[in-house]
Amino acid sequence: MFEAWHLPFMQRALLAGLIMALLSGYYGPFMVQRGLSFLGSGLAHAAFGGVALGLLLGGEPLWVAVPFTAAVALGITWVRERTRISGDTAVGIFFAVSMALGIVFLSLKREYTAEAFTYLFGSILAVTATDIWVSLGLLLLTLLTLPLWGRWAYATFDRELAQADRVPVLFDDYLLAFLVALVVVVAMKLVGLLLVAAFLVIPAAAARQWSRTFAGMMVGAVLVGVFSVVFGLQISLQFDIPSGATIVLLQALVFTAAALIWRRA
Amino acid sequence: MSRKAEYAVEIEDLTVKYGDHVALEDISLQIPRGAFVAIVGPNGAGKSTLIKTILGLVRPASGKVLVLGEPLERLDPVRVGYVPQFKTLDRSFPALAEELVVSGLRRAWPGRITRKEREKALTALERVGAAHLAGRPVSRFSGGELQRVYLARAFVRQPELVVLDEPATGIDVLGEADMYRLLEGYQKQSGATLLMITHDWEAAYHHASHVIVLNRRLIGFGPPERALSERCLREAFGHVGHAHTVALEFVRGKHV
Repeated sequence: MFEAWHLPFMQRALLAGLIMALLSGYYGPFMVQRGLSFLGSGLAHAAFGGVALGLLLGGEPLWVAVPFTAAVALGITWVRERTRISGDTAVGIFFAVSMALGIVFLSLKREYTAEAFTYLFGSILAVTATDIWVSLGLLLLTLLTLPLWGRWAYATFDRELAQADRVPVLFDDYLLAFLVALVVVVAMKLVGLLLVAAFLVIPAAAARQWSRTFAGMMVGAVLVGVFSVVFGLQISLQFDIPSGATIVLLQALVFTAAALIWRRA
Repeated sequence: MSRKAEYAVEIEDLTVKYGDHVALEDISLQIPRGAFVAIVGPNGAGKSTLIKTILGLVRPASGKVLVLGEPLERLDPVRVGYVPQFKTLDRSFPALAEELVVSGLRRAWPGRITRKEREKALTALERVGAAHLAGRPVSRFSGGELQRVYLARAFVRQPELVVLDEPATGIDVLGEADMYRLLEGYQKQSGATLLMITHDWEAAYHHASHVIVLNRRLIGFGPPERALSERCLREAFGHVGHAHTVALEFVRGKHV
């Protein structure tokens, strides 16, 4: 059943998928518990604006998409903190503006840009060595921020208690939004902007069903991610269906099963 | 040194604004160490703003605030225990009671609890009669159970000042009596200062050593029989309508 795994492109796809499962399992619970599930989707659309600008300027679109999306993430956080606009409204505004910019940038290019569609639907089976290195870099950056997990979780539980204990909650909000933006840009290349938010939200939401602790929820989200990447890739290859969509559908299956098994009495 | 400061809280000419709105104006008061202080006042009087300023959550527009003899930026937050309204608890967050208590020790959320931390958390939970709740998820707790766990969370760091935001709201009469017993027990053993917002004048009268009557400005501060006077209550709660009648009935019940 797993004989295709010796093919180099499958190995790269698996490695990239597993790194994404780790990253999204780590950041997803923060997004879900902070009521920011929509942020992943908004940032993916923002990343599309960045990719379109990158395509217009020429060269590797990722290098433009990364700062573009990070800037949007910081902008959303600023609007959320400093105005009376709620988080989802801020995301909604930035997401629409970035998409509109993306469409204008692509129209300015005046030639067919098939590559733009790769970013819409993703292509985990076309992962390059560069993609792997970028993902590993992001994983390393995340490992460096591990000592901040406790205070991020504390502020996620109760922002006011954390603030009273002098946790720099505002700085942490910006840092988290920045790191999530990086995850979204890198994941978008693999699963597509239309599905990238699912990676951040569904495994965490599934794990919440059975987890008694926040740390347990994080481990559960990673496991759901790993399970869906391994079996999703195998199923997509076997039945010749898109890999990103198959992975997301498997995540949704786990979520549904968990919701049915651990539903509230 | 500052640890031996005579006052738990010293406030001088404090004004707090939210944009153009003045929430507190020109407040000056000194809370002696070891006092049990109740803050009363109508809705929107600035009670929460006052405790948030003392906790360092709100920056004053002007004035000076010293807590346990230290300016807020130099104060070690471990010296202050905060018991928020339990209604603000996010019940969707997966948390065990012992984790909540340990967060009070660590000033961070625990991923894994060490044996020493667990022992301290259990001792604090035992003190409030909630040791049996240690390994249970807080999302399923009743108001009274949550209040005990929050008290244990505050007590575990052995604070010199405990700040409570309407601690009796949403718990039954027996639970409320129990809570005051626990608070007074902690105060007796540690000599800590207690500062609590309440809407219950009876509770303020019977349990507090000092009462702050607030309505944007400081209207009264002193022992309950002086601060909860007809004049102060009428000034804080209004001269007409239901509030006036209730204030009169309360004062007559106490003094006539």
